[in-house]
Amino acid sequence: MEAEDVRREVRAWLEANWNPDLSLVEWRNQLADSGWAAPTWPERWYGRGLAVALGDVVSEEIDRIGAVGPPTGSGMTLVAPTLLEHGTDELKQRLLRPILTGEHTWCQLFSEPGSGSDLAGLTTRAELDPATDEYVVNGQKLWSTSAHHAMYGMLLARTNWDVPKHRGITYFALEMHQPGVVVRPLRQMNGYASFNEVFLNGARVHRLNVIGEVGNGWTVALATLAHERRMFDAIQARGRSPKGKGRAVDENRAEIADLMEPYKWYPQRAGRVDLIVERAKQTGRNGDPVVRQEVVKLLSLARAAGWTAQRAKAARVLGKPPGPEGSLGKLYASQIAKGCARVHTLISGTDTLLHGADGPAEGLIGEIVLSVPAVSIAGGTDEIQRNIVSERVLGLPKDPAIEVDKPFRDVPKNLSGPRR
Amino acid sequence: MRFSFTEEQEELRRVVRRFLEEKSPVGEVRRLMETAEGYEPAVWKQASLELALPGVAIPEAYGGQGAGFSELALVCEEMGRALLCAPYLGSIGLAANAVLNAGTDAQKAALLPAIARGETLAALAVAEPNGRWDAGGIACEARRSGTGWTLHGEKSFVVDGAVADLLIVAARAPELTLFSLRANVDGVVRRALQTIDPTRKLAKITLSGARAEPLGEVGRGAAPLAQTLDQGAALLANEAVGVAQKLLEMTVDYAKQRVQFGRPIGSFQAIKHKCADMLLELELARSAAYVAAATADESPKELAANASLAKALVADAALHIAAESIQIHGGLGFTFEQDVHLFFKRAKASEVLLGDPTYHRERVAQQWGL
Repeated sequence: MEAEDVRREVRAWLEANWNPDLSLVEWRNQLADSGWAAPTWPERWYGRGLAVALGDVVSEEIDRIGAVGPPTGSGMTLVAPTLLEHGTDELKQRLLRPILTGEHTWCQLFSEPGSGSDLAGLTTRAELDPATDEYVVNGQKLWSTSAHHAMYGMLLARTNWDVPKHRGITYFALEMHQPGVVVRPLRQMNGYASFNEVFLNGARVHRLNVIGEVGNGWTVALATLAHERRMFDAIQARGRSPKGKGRAVDENRAEIADLMEPYKWYPQRAGRVDLIVERAKQTGRNGDPVVRQEVVKLLSLARAAGWTAQRAKAARVLGKPPGPEGSLGKLYASQIAKGCARVHTLISGTDTLLHGADGPAEGLIGEIVLSVPAVSIAGGTDEIQRNIVSERVLGLPKDPAIEVDKPFRDVPKNLSGPRR
Repeated sequence: MRFSFTEEQEELRRVVRRFLEEKSPVGEVRRLMETAEGYEPAVWKQASLELALPGVAIPEAYGGQGAGFSELALVCEEMGRALLCAPYLGSIGLAANAVLNAGTDAQKAALLPAIARGETLAALAVAEPNGRWDAGGIACEARRSGTGWTLHGEKSFVVDGAVADLLIVAARAPELTLFSLRANVDGVVRRALQTIDPTRKLAKITLSGARAEPLGEVGRGAAPLAQTLDQGAALLANEAVGVAQKLLEMTVDYAKQRVQFGRPIGSFQAIKHKCADMLLELELARSAAYVAAATADESPKELAANASLAKALVADAALHIAAESIQIHGGLGFTFEQDVHLFFKRAKASEVLLGDPTYHRERVAQQWGL
């Protein structure tokens, strides 16, 4: 199917069917039945089997007419592709539709206090209770966005301790609303609590909720992680509130506000390079030769990083194999953020120590300096990122691994017990 | 703005790289850097006649190939990668561009074809012993003498000045003006300078009444000179990208081969993280240098800002990459026998030639209205 055919067809359907006065769920059900909610999914599962580029055409048309589209959160972007690739038909039947309508939101239960960069070293334990065909789960998870209102969690837990670490993990769809699951907000050093810690004390999950094979969870997790990049793109692209009036639009606006709430400090985490020149002029610090040097150094870095991304994009458009310039963005982002914290401090001087209503730029500078430390940790630390760049791009040899072939039981771990 | 090279540009790069790999192996660099001339005339002739490299960006009307500034920059990058010892930056990157920017049609027609053919070597004399690269540092005087002009003063840091046949000199008449003169006329005394980088020759030139001809209108030299120096900064930045690229390649190869504590040192994170950071810096530097070159072709008004941005950013990156290269090579890296120091020296000299990073960042600040 050609782009223009798709465009014509989806436009005709939307013009005939878009009704902002429906409830959000009523509208999303219609959208799901039409195949336009997830046009890139297989026809059998609410989709039309279209290529990704054609899916973008559908999104454009939905935006153009001002209709409400499918939800944006991790259900659509992470769970659904994982289920489509690895889930049983029964699971797809049961779980996909509420994701499409937005009735079920999901959270990730991957990281643990003892298992950060080394995700495969996780120690949350799942044991089968033959009497009920349920797994009983014990452990603690961390950094779970939106876990406090999620219906399900993507859970990684260890089901076999006698095999090497990558082979004893199982991937579950865990129901969050049950007595064995306790969700607590995790307060960060910048005062926000965007994530949660999740305590699993005898939580239960039926064996039918295993995604992929028992013991094959690492492979399934990699499928989820491969989609993470796309989730952030989707949130950036579709995380805006819709315009227009009507019940479906209002409910969608509330849904997006919930989704975006944890990310409201992310611009400050990135350092706010956009404020640098303005702040230097406002404070008169632009007359100081040292400040001038540092400002230009930082802004040059930011521009050159932008140009590097454009080179990568241009190479992609030409169909060339990806060069090194594509793998470096995250490390640049963290360099820029740290540079921003430094230069904002240089500009604000002693005022940098004031926060909130007393602080410079209505507290933004304080928020920047207290949020920037996250940027080189979240989504893979800079150190792990440098390993990846040096091994995959430069072809340097891997650090010899001492644990990957041992039974996990025998691998040294962090001390167990409560975190504090 | 273009962010990729055309197929023709890629082909030019392949041709130049192949030629330089053959003609400028590091043994040849070591031989030539010890000579007074600092280049091999036979290779220069071949580069001129067979590859037409000196004329690559000189318009066809003046005997060149008429390609763009990006092509010129790409040639400089490859020359940096091969650490070619040749008067290319001085004669082509600086002097030919000065003639193009300042000369009348008749002067361009008279001077450029021989430069494009590689027969005339030219050099641009701007800075003086005070080491400044802004117009305010220029004190050399041009005096009326009958119907003509004579030059009085001292020029330094003249790239390829000792081998040049033709000199382009920035002087006060009393407003800034560019003059051209043959290097062998009376009143010109040249002395090769001892520098930290033997692969690029610099000269000091004493002018005591040498007769010279104004390039273009008297008193109108400031703008073409500034443009020439911006172009030179952009080209030197591209050259330094080639230098840094070669350093990273040499160093990563070494880290894969060198074994200590029973394993290649490149498997230690202390080393591989350094290498990753070097790549990070190199790719940023490359972007800045390529954008500066494309700016000269596509958006000349922004050249001053983008050329200075590239000059400062690339200089810092190339020097850091060079220093880390020596560090990763360990004690061997500090020996004369190992090749890293040759590239380090070029990176270090290029850091300050045509203005150091601090100078260029201040220019960027002014261009941006900070």
